[in-house]
Amino acid sequence: MKVLQHGQKHSVEFTLNGEEVEGFAEPRMLLSDFLRHEIGATGTHVGCEHGVCGACTVMMDGKAVRSCLTLAHQAEGREIRTIEGLETPDHEFNDLQQAFHENFALQCGYCTPGMLMTLSELASTGKRYTEAEVRDALSGNICRCTGYKEIVDAAMAVLGDKGQVAAE
Amino acid sequence: MTGMEDDVSEMREPLVGQKILRTEDQTLLRGKATFMDDIPIAKGTLHAAFLRSPHAHARIRGIDATEALKLKGVHAVITGEDIKPYTKPLIVGFANPLDYRGIAMDKVRYVGEPVAIVCATDRYRAEDALKLIKVDYEVLDAVVDPVRACEESAPVLHEAAGSNRVSHRVFNHGEADKVLDAAKNKTQITIRYPRNSVTPMETYGVVAEYKPDTGGYDVTSNFQGPFSVHTVMAIALKIPSAKLRHKSPANSGGSFGSKLTLFPYIVVLCVASRLAGRPLKWIEDRLEHHASSSVAPSRVTTIEAAYDDDGTVNALRMEHYDDHGAHLRAPMPAPIYRMHGLSTNCYTIPNVKVTNNIVLTNKCPTGAVRGFGGPQLYFAIERVMNKVAKELGMDPLALMEKNLIPAGSFPYRAPAGALIDSGDYQQVVKDSVEQGKLDWLRERQKQARAEGKLYGIGFAAAVEPSQSNMGYISTLKTKEEREKAGPKDGAVASCTISVDALGSVNVVGDSTPQGQGHQTALAQIVADELGLKFSDITVNLETDTQKDNWSIAAGNYSCRFSPASTSAAKTAAERVRVKMTKVAGRFLNVPEDDIEFADSMIRSKSNPDNGLEFRRVGGLAHWSPSSLPEGMDPGIREVAYWNAPELTPTTANDEINTSLAYGFAFDFCGVEIDPDTGNVKVDHYVTAHDCGTILNPGLAKGQIRGSFANAIGASLYEEFVYKEDGTFLSGTMADYLIPTAAEAIDPVLVDTVAIPSPFTRLGAKGIAEGNQYTTPVCLANAVADALDYEDVTMPLTPSKVFGWINSGEEMAPPADEEKTEERLSVDFSGDALRGEGETFVPAPREKVWETLLDPKEMAALIPGCKELDKHAEDHFTGTLKMGVGAVRGTFEADIRLKNMRKPESVEISGTLDGSLGVSRGTGWVELDEVEGGTNVRYHYEIHLSGTIASVGGRLLSGAARLLINQFFRALVARAAPDAAPRKGLLGKIRSKFGGNS
Repeated sequence: MKVLQHGQKHSVEFTLNGEEVEGFAEPRMLLSDFLRHEIGATGTHVGCEHGVCGACTVMMDGKAVRSCLTLAHQAEGREIRTIEGLETPDHEFNDLQQAFHENFALQCGYCTPGMLMTLSELASTGKRYTEAEVRDALSGNICRCTGYKEIVDAAMAVLGDKGQVAAE
Repeated sequence: MTGMEDDVSEMREPLVGQKILRTEDQTLLRGKATFMDDIPIAKGTLHAAFLRSPHAHARIRGIDATEALKLKGVHAVITGEDIKPYTKPLIVGFANPLDYRGIAMDKVRYVGEPVAIVCATDRYRAEDALKLIKVDYEVLDAVVDPVRACEESAPVLHEAAGSNRVSHRVFNHGEADKVLDAAKNKTQITIRYPRNSVTPMETYGVVAEYKPDTGGYDVTSNFQGPFSVHTVMAIALKIPSAKLRHKSPANSGGSFGSKLTLFPYIVVLCVASRLAGRPLKWIEDRLEHHASSSVAPSRVTTIEAAYDDDGTVNALRMEHYDDHGAHLRAPMPAPIYRMHGLSTNCYTIPNVKVTNNIVLTNKCPTGAVRGFGGPQLYFAIERVMNKVAKELGMDPLALMEKNLIPAGSFPYRAPAGALIDSGDYQQVVKDSVEQGKLDWLRERQKQARAEGKLYGIGFAAAVEPSQSNMGYISTLKTKEEREKAGPKDGAVASCTISVDALGSVNVVGDSTPQGQGHQTALAQIVADELGLKFSDITVNLETDTQKDNWSIAAGNYSCRFSPASTSAAKTAAERVRVKMTKVAGRFLNVPEDDIEFADSMIRSKSNPDNGLEFRRVGGLAHWSPSSLPEGMDPGIREVAYWNAPELTPTTANDEINTSLAYGFAFDFCGVEIDPDTGNVKVDHYVTAHDCGTILNPGLAKGQIRGSFANAIGASLYEEFVYKEDGTFLSGTMADYLIPTAAEAIDPVLVDTVAIPSPFTRLGAKGIAEGNQYTTPVCLANAVADALDYEDVTMPLTPSKVFGWINSGEEMAPPADEEKTEERLSVDFSGDALRGEGETFVPAPREKVWETLLDPKEMAALIPGCKELDKHAEDHFTGTLKMGVGAVRGTFEADIRLKNMRKPESVEISGTLDGSLGVSRGTGWVELDEVEGGTNVRYHYEIHLSGTIASVGGRLLSGAARLLINQFFRALVARAAPDAAPRKGLLGKIRSKFGGNS
């Protein structure tokens, strides 16, 4: 096991949206800061830095996690997925992105990366979800602009009974 | 990708009014948008962290940054004294002796006030250094209640002002005093509007750099305007305003008003970058945003109404105590004046008297918040209208309808000056009652009440102002002061449209959007005007004060976009059209009045085959100036500065048309209250809006639903809580609760009239604030109805509502359990954390006494304490490591013993001082000899401030209990090491919660 020294930068490597990335981080550096300021993947946003707002949600090995409550070094060797990795291979919106677009499910868009990553975890199960389940799943993601209806509508368009095929 | 590739057809429908999908989504949904913290910065840029006051009110005796400066990576520690020579005070709209520069000078006046700035190579290090700065404070008494702050005995925040009431104005429109004095029927109510905000998801962000070539500063920030404040910053920085270059990025993560009062930070960081010799970046964190960015003014209003037996209201008289916190910052106290013209709301009340007290208290200073003065004013008016109905035994809606401004009387001049442009209030109410099923709701209430349920119905209506008259703030000056200062009026919006050499159209606007979809709406407007496709129009709404066209009203606030920015865009597009018509007319040999723009062509109406592609006409202006009509400038770049003549200055009688376009909002709702918990369930909610021409229904509905969600938050959950001593308790999103998808309520949106404003170019009026006005008071009226209770205040938290349900009866004390030897209670209501208890220690009294008062023993007893040094019999110091939840810190403890009566009783007082905050406390301990040991009785009182209270407030009662338990367990273990462990000590401790902590 790697021993990390306080105040020293150590290398971190992981897979980000299918690509190997590496950088250096002090032991205390947050994954959100590492992604944004070391790797330059600024699609993931930071809203509260105490795990309440959900804007910084990313997927780590298929699970939605708060990157502001995760240290960069905890991502070592893992597979991280962020909003930048959602497009289809030919750079079109995936189903969730398209549903957000068509439903006016974002305004300022600051919370959107977290919303999409939380919903991506649901989409990855291939299951169908009820509106109550979707609202429950999104209860860890705060949006100040929309009042949520459009977000829930967009999510249901993909994940609900009449939804399209799940994102993947 | 835009879905608009095929939007061209013969005589196509205008794009304005259509649900066009947003251009903005293309970057946002891919994670490729540019928010403030996404902008790459120059290498070598330093990162700032602010040291903030843990006290609500204190004098700064000294700041010692020696240790902080020794830390690796720290380049500078800058204080108010360092900033002072490079600045002048940040001015507000009236002459006053306040000296505010964005950072504390000699005093701190609220918890969170900036005291020093660390500039370091990264933010982590900058924050490390904060812990090493030592500030010597002399703590002063604080005042948080605006009415109390006006009393003679209250501590004065700004000695130079002499009083906390920094402005007092009385306005008489009509003869309210006379009518009220003579009235047969009159009533009054006092309302308290709490401190809240619509906190955006993205916090403040600034990059500032001193420019030695100009002697000015380059700033990039997510400041939102109004750009009148740019002048305030330039004056404060003592530079010509052209030398303060401000740029804003393409994306801003919400603002709802709050990013206006980012400007004091810009000033401070500009000077700090100059002193540190490097560009300087600061991104606000969430605690900083809650404690010290900006909030809506809280307010206490007493309002009286005089009325006839038939429900006609003849006069209103109101006195406001508008609470602006520790400083006034431009354009404050604007919210109260922005609503002044609407002091009679949507009613034909001919007489109104308004007394405005602008008050400073030891709380976070105020700024713009969605609704901007409207929620406070309408809470008072709609509550008193409700009370009038109640006193007459009249249906509240019938009373409102009796007094509504009649259709057909617009534009209507309200007594305080608003020129309400348009509306049909009766139709909006009628549509709402039908579509929102009011009859069904009344039946539902009847049934619920028959079943013994607490069910109430509430109503509220509001005139929704948009596009503020920049002159309204002058209303707070006297007529004489206004005459001296010269007229202030209008609200200039600008838009620049250029057509380049390939005929490509670029639109630049001054609306600094924060997610409202302005790019999309402006492209719709310009495409319509020029006969182009939506996708042909490029809209750039980044701003640069050195390169763009702008005026003082630029920015995004007070629903300015729909009336103003669209009018400027329409005007600029028309000018482009006029110029291109002339060029094409000459080239096609067609009279100008026969030219039309359609299908990306400029052609003859009578002979559509005779035409040129739009792009070719645009190209001519660049490639062949000689082809242009004589005297015409080459190129196509048209600038429109648009203003409305209706925005006139304040009259000699203090009447002011505060805004240009006035929409209308009407709501009703049904709520059911759980008698056991006090929970308010919104059972049915109906909301209707007339916002004139709807530019894009997708965007418009988003604004209504967003405002509604914000208003639900304000009504049910959100409050920045201050204790009586000014301690701030709402530092985290776990303390300041915001609705999530699980609690969100979807209202019935009524499909009603859209009466275009005659004063705006497209007929659009604002729509983004209506529910901030109506929803809180609609719910308050419903709760008042359900409980038959008058003094309803927001937020309608279960603990508070539960108290109202039971306000008539004494609460039964908890059943007296068998007397146990341990008891413990903690109460964090009021101004301090108070507790008391007793416990049994199976050791003789002398032994307990020795253990308690021996420094070695005491160090072992105090959780987190390693060592205590004894300086005298009655004085110990030491270091403690402790925390609440995840928030942990090191504190310097200073403990003194008083009134020692060995071995019976002692008073222990002390302070804990650390980077997380300061606490002062006193405990009284009595030891009684009882059979088998000693009974220890104690009570204490602790004042807490700083971060630990702000982020851990909700945990403090529990933490205190836990620490006390640890203390006594340790005491038992040390004083009576041989005693058998007592079974379930914790479990036997009876605790009771007091108050609303």
